[in-house]
Amino acid sequence: MEKRVTFKGWLLPLALVFPQILISGVFFFYPAGQAIWQSLFIPDPFGLSSQFVGLGNFEYLLSDKYYRASFLTTAIFSTLVTLVSMVPALFLAVMADRLVKGAGTYRTLLIWPYAVAPAVAGVLWLFMFNTRVGVVSWYLGQLGYDWNHVLNDGEAMGLVVVASAWGRISYNFLFFFAALQSVPRSVIEAAAIDGARFWTRFFTIVLPLLSPTTFFLLVVNVVYAFFETFGVIHTITSGGPQQATTILVYKVFADGFVGQDLGSSAAQSVILLVVVGALTVVQFRYVEKKVHY
Amino acid sequence: MRFSAIGALVAGSLLASPFSAMAQTEVQFWHAFTGRLGELVAEQIETFNSSQSDYKVVGSHKGNYSETLNAGIAAFRAQEQPHILMVFEVGTATMMGAKGAIKPVYEVMADAGAEFDQDAYIGAVKGYYTTTDGEMLSLPFNSSTPVLWVNKDALKAAGIDPNVDLSTWQKVGDVLDTLKASGHSCPLTTAWQSWIHLENLSAYHNVPFATKDNGFAGLDTELAFNGPVQVKHIQTMGDWAKDGKFFYAGRRNEGGANFRSGECALFTESSAGYAGIKKEAQFDFAVRPLPYWEGVDGAPQNTIIGGASLWVMTGHTDEEYKGVAAFLNFLSSTDIQAKWHQDTGYLPITIAAGEKTKADGFYKENPGTDVAVIQMTANQPTANSKGLRLGSFDQIRGIIDEELEAVWSGDKTAQEAMDSAVERGNVLLRRFEQANR
Repeated sequence: MEKRVTFKGWLLPLALVFPQILISGVFFFYPAGQAIWQSLFIPDPFGLSSQFVGLGNFEYLLSDKYYRASFLTTAIFSTLVTLVSMVPALFLAVMADRLVKGAGTYRTLLIWPYAVAPAVAGVLWLFMFNTRVGVVSWYLGQLGYDWNHVLNDGEAMGLVVVASAWGRISYNFLFFFAALQSVPRSVIEAAAIDGARFWTRFFTIVLPLLSPTTFFLLVVNVVYAFFETFGVIHTITSGGPQQATTILVYKVFADGFVGQDLGSSAAQSVILLVVVGALTVVQFRYVEKKVHY
Repeated sequence: MRFSAIGALVAGSLLASPFSAMAQTEVQFWHAFTGRLGELVAEQIETFNSSQSDYKVVGSHKGNYSETLNAGIAAFRAQEQPHILMVFEVGTATMMGAKGAIKPVYEVMADAGAEFDQDAYIGAVKGYYTTTDGEMLSLPFNSSTPVLWVNKDALKAAGIDPNVDLSTWQKVGDVLDTLKASGHSCPLTTAWQSWIHLENLSAYHNVPFATKDNGFAGLDTELAFNGPVQVKHIQTMGDWAKDGKFFYAGRRNEGGANFRSGECALFTESSAGYAGIKKEAQFDFAVRPLPYWEGVDGAPQNTIIGGASLWVMTGHTDEEYKGVAAFLNFLSSTDIQAKWHQDTGYLPITIAAGEKTKADGFYKENPGTDVAVIQMTANQPTANSKGLRLGSFDQIRGIIDEELEAVWSGDKTAQEAMDSAVERGNVLLRRFEQANR
């Protein structure tokens, strides 16, 4: 049974939601509305003139096969980033949860990478995998593997995925770790007495109990992969080689701030908004059904 | 304590600015230089400010070239634009298209009643920034042109005469073969592949990069770099890449590190790479003119420039424009230009500055520093070698980078890649035409 709170009158509830509405209005509805409005025009960069083109910008974008290819690149990239940032985080959290001594130290060390800004993380990884002076690429060379993410699209994708996911592992770890602490010990002990081994207990008891956290992190990480990985891509590959790592949000930047094509850039952000909105709706409608609160 | 100190600083600067504004007319100058170049610009500004008392130029660094252009655009939209904005050469068409936002330099000079002899400027340098009638729209500031850098020690180690003739790509090809056969891991690398191996290649062989005089004669220009000369060159480079004779390091000047460390034997890069190479290279190096393909009619023509120019923006008072005119004339003066040329390795913008540098004996003391000047000024520029004026050019270069990467990795033939780049680039040109109609 759901508990419902009822208010007498309208004033108090309105006052309570007002701050949230104000924030959403200023930081979401106003800019989103501006983007939709601008996507209907082709302006010149200096804002001296602009022409109304209706849905022309969308038509132009969707008829571009390179733009359509960027959807697939984004899908691959976000799936990989989400997986690579969540699976190791869960593993580390489970391991840290079992520790009796020194748990605090491990926890602190595991959280550190989250403090590194994406662009800095990008430079860091780029340096390690630099085709000429990189430590990792040098060792790979010793093993007979010729690392070259400048021309090899698979390697470029792998590198930006790892660089984007690395800092997020800490963030996810924090949430998984907290959630693990709240799993009732009694249930686990009961299972143990019944003879369930560690991994059986994990998959049949702990994982289902973690599902609200997992679901939350899934949504948050997908949004992260869509929007906030821009800095990593900009510093490591600039979208290359060819268009192997040009994800949607990177193209918004490139067209808007390199090409000064504000109409196309605005139309792309509208498309991105719709895609992420739809994705979140899908997640809430279908994935959330499998979540036990 | 700390807070009060900051407060005092803020109060101090608030108090100080109106006073200096009252005494002198301020001219805002936004540029993209940091490090050594930033210091040299600051020095030029300081020299100007102390040479007279009517005007005060205030220089501000606004990030790299793209960021500086974006800062200027954003400021114009907010009606807080500087007087002078530094814009890189690929942004030229964007600035020209913004008729209400810029005040052409020749107009600034005429309105201010300043002395301005356009013939004093080197044709190949100013050509990039003039109208088809020869009127200067912006003042060239830092200009360079691509040359061939040679690691003489690497040639010697491979048993090649370090003074070997490298004037044509055919001869370079022979040297690459010998280097490769001797087990050299990086015979050739490059920086700025589109600028050097397509834009300059086209000008140097007097073939069009785009129709309508490379875009000078109209916005309805179309790309044309999928012709036989360009395709032959790119295909040869692609074959060299496959055979391990050409090493691709990245879209910008990443290859510079490979050359300066002694890893690569030959390197095509801007003449302005001089300062960095001289500082870091632990080997004997030489500067040679950019090679050309023997047998192509009209080659070698002249190469074109890269770098940036200064644009004057609209919306300021006549008095301020007088200050702008005085500053631009100061920058063009022979002593300042000659010093800039010698300090940075950028090309001189006036004929007099080049002659002064020669008379100073600079080229004798620093052999090779005049190669770029000679290569640029050897011939009177033609419609194909005056420069490029294409909208969305920064993005078109991005497309060219992508397509060239497809050739280097062996995914596409040069003809396929160039056809595709032309087709994709033309779409952007049509969009730019539409936005600037």
